Amino acid sequence: MIWDPKHECMDIEERRALQLRRLREQVARLWVNVPFYRQKWEAAGVTPDDLQSLDDLRRFPFTEKDDLRKTYPFGMFATPLEEVVRIHASSGTTGKPIVVGYCKSDVTDIWAETIARTICCGGGTSQDILHNAYGYGLFTGGLGVHYGGELLGCTVVPMSAGNTQRQLMMMCDLGATILASTPSYALTIADAAEEMGLGPDDIPLKAGLFGAEPWSEGSRQVVEEKLGISAHDIYGLTEIIGPGVAAECEVKGMMHVFDDHFLPEIIDPETGEVLPDGETGELVFTTLTKRAFPVIRFRTRDITSLTHEPCPCGRTHARIARITGRTDDMLIIRGVNVFPSQIEDVLTSFAEIEPQYQLVLTRKGRLDQLEVQVEVAPRFFSDTIGGLEQLEQRITEKLYSTLGISVTVRLVEPKTIERSIGKAKRIIDLREEE
Amino acid sequence: MSNSDKIVQQVSVFLENKSGRLAEVCSTLGDNGINIRALSVADTSDFGILRLIVDVPDRATELLQQAGFSVGATSVIALEVPDRPGGLAAVLKTLQAGEVNVEYMYAFVGTHGGEAVVIFRVADEVLDHTIELLQNAQIPILPASEVYAL
Repeated sequence: MIWDPKHECMDIEERRALQLRRLREQVARLWVNVPFYRQKWEAAGVTPDDLQSLDDLRRFPFTEKDDLRKTYPFGMFATPLEEVVRIHASSGTTGKPIVVGYCKSDVTDIWAETIARTICCGGGTSQDILHNAYGYGLFTGGLGVHYGGELLGCTVVPMSAGNTQRQLMMMCDLGATILASTPSYALTIADAAEEMGLGPDDIPLKAGLFGAEPWSEGSRQVVEEKLGISAHDIYGLTEIIGPGVAAECEVKGMMHVFDDHFLPEIIDPETGEVLPDGETGELVFTTLTKRAFPVIRFRTRDITSLTHEPCPCGRTHARIARITGRTDDMLIIRGVNVFPSQIEDVLTSFAEIEPQYQLVLTRKGRLDQLEVQVEVAPRFFSDTIGGLEQLEQRITEKLYSTLGISVTVRLVEPKTIERSIGKAKRIIDLREEE
Repeated sequence: MSNSDKIVQQVSVFLENKSGRLAEVCSTLGDNGINIRALSVADTSDFGILRLIVDVPDRATELLQQAGFSVGATSVIALEVPDRPGGLAAVLKTLQAGEVNVEYMYAFVGTHGGEAVVIFRVADEVLDHTIELLQNAQIPILPASEVYAL
């Protein structure tokens, strides 16, 4: 079932006209309501009147994650706070998070709608019992999926994440047919089901909506087999709205971008130049309809490609390929965002080690493991095993307090970590496929 | 004998547990005519520490650093220990009575005038106190110059 055929299967030219109209309205609004944008656009020499076609958007400057941090908490809001009915925040691990707001129409007319579309992409209808294991709270996943499920008419079970055995009990007892969760949690649930002796036939689920972190085709196969479901990749990010930005229909492999609300572009991350369909680059979004927290040309740093080829399912939205990586080197380890620069900050505070380091990511079972290899200084201080183990321990503890995840620290000899000219290769990610 | 001659400079080398590293240290020293007098290895599953007494510690440290090793100089004491049952126990008893904690110790392979030679490592802060203790107990400390030439 297609939730909103009028918008999802719209003639492409007709949609482009709609996009342009909405874009012009949005930009004109922000010019008046958000000093940040007006200043930025004035500095770039553009005004709302310059938007005569969708292509003119490329003359407007990008909005960076950092812009959203600098304007924390409410600097990017385009409506007065009294109109804002909800706040969510990104899962930043240090410093200030990115705070986003929603007015009533953002929640009901956009977010719930695009989530309803998302659930339908996964084969859902009002007959379904939706087991929502996304975390409820500041994270957009839980509440985002919740209201879309209700709009569609599903019976929503607001489980949130955690207590996996209980989750499985509820799923079986209530006859849940759709599971919404992060892909890594779906794997945990699949493993727990196996341990409890529950096979695909014992679990009533028929479909899964998995997003909020990158995952592999290998993981898809595992959850599909173990839970007996059709697993769908869904895409979204706090800065745009949360889940509900794009979703995979029964024709797997690419995700429909709900581009009557969220206008995608693919750019060359180096030059900022817009790339044609089929070419891989950084995904950029402009929110056409959101009122409380709109963004214009927001750089997601996610790497993918775009196509406007029609999909056999009948939807005419642009589609994005599976996210293959990020332009910056942010790592997502056990769901926590980790920047190598944070690790570097910790390591440089120890005189006993060199600032050279390497991060080795592996996956043990279902859990990501991060090993931080550091070089002992050419002149080292402690010549007892206890002293060196204590050093490893101190580094581990400091990394834990900074990153919020436990890592393994491994001391290596000087000059054993490869030096590079220019950008260092700090990360060896061995997690790709199980 | 000055106090400085009572302190022997041990060369400590950090080694990852991978094959060939110990051989590389030994050949770096051997190729440069440096003689290893005594050694001990302490290790965990990931790394080890090689402790060396050589005839020219400063030169050895320099050479090993040039070869890319992490090297430290550690002050240790060499004692002549009576080569008979209970000889070492008597020394340890003296240190224990003076509340000196031995971080590690290891023996020379050869002897000096018929006595065994044992290297003791104590914390730097208690080094002078330890020397005094040993002297009061009339336990012979082998001068560094003699240890290097053993």
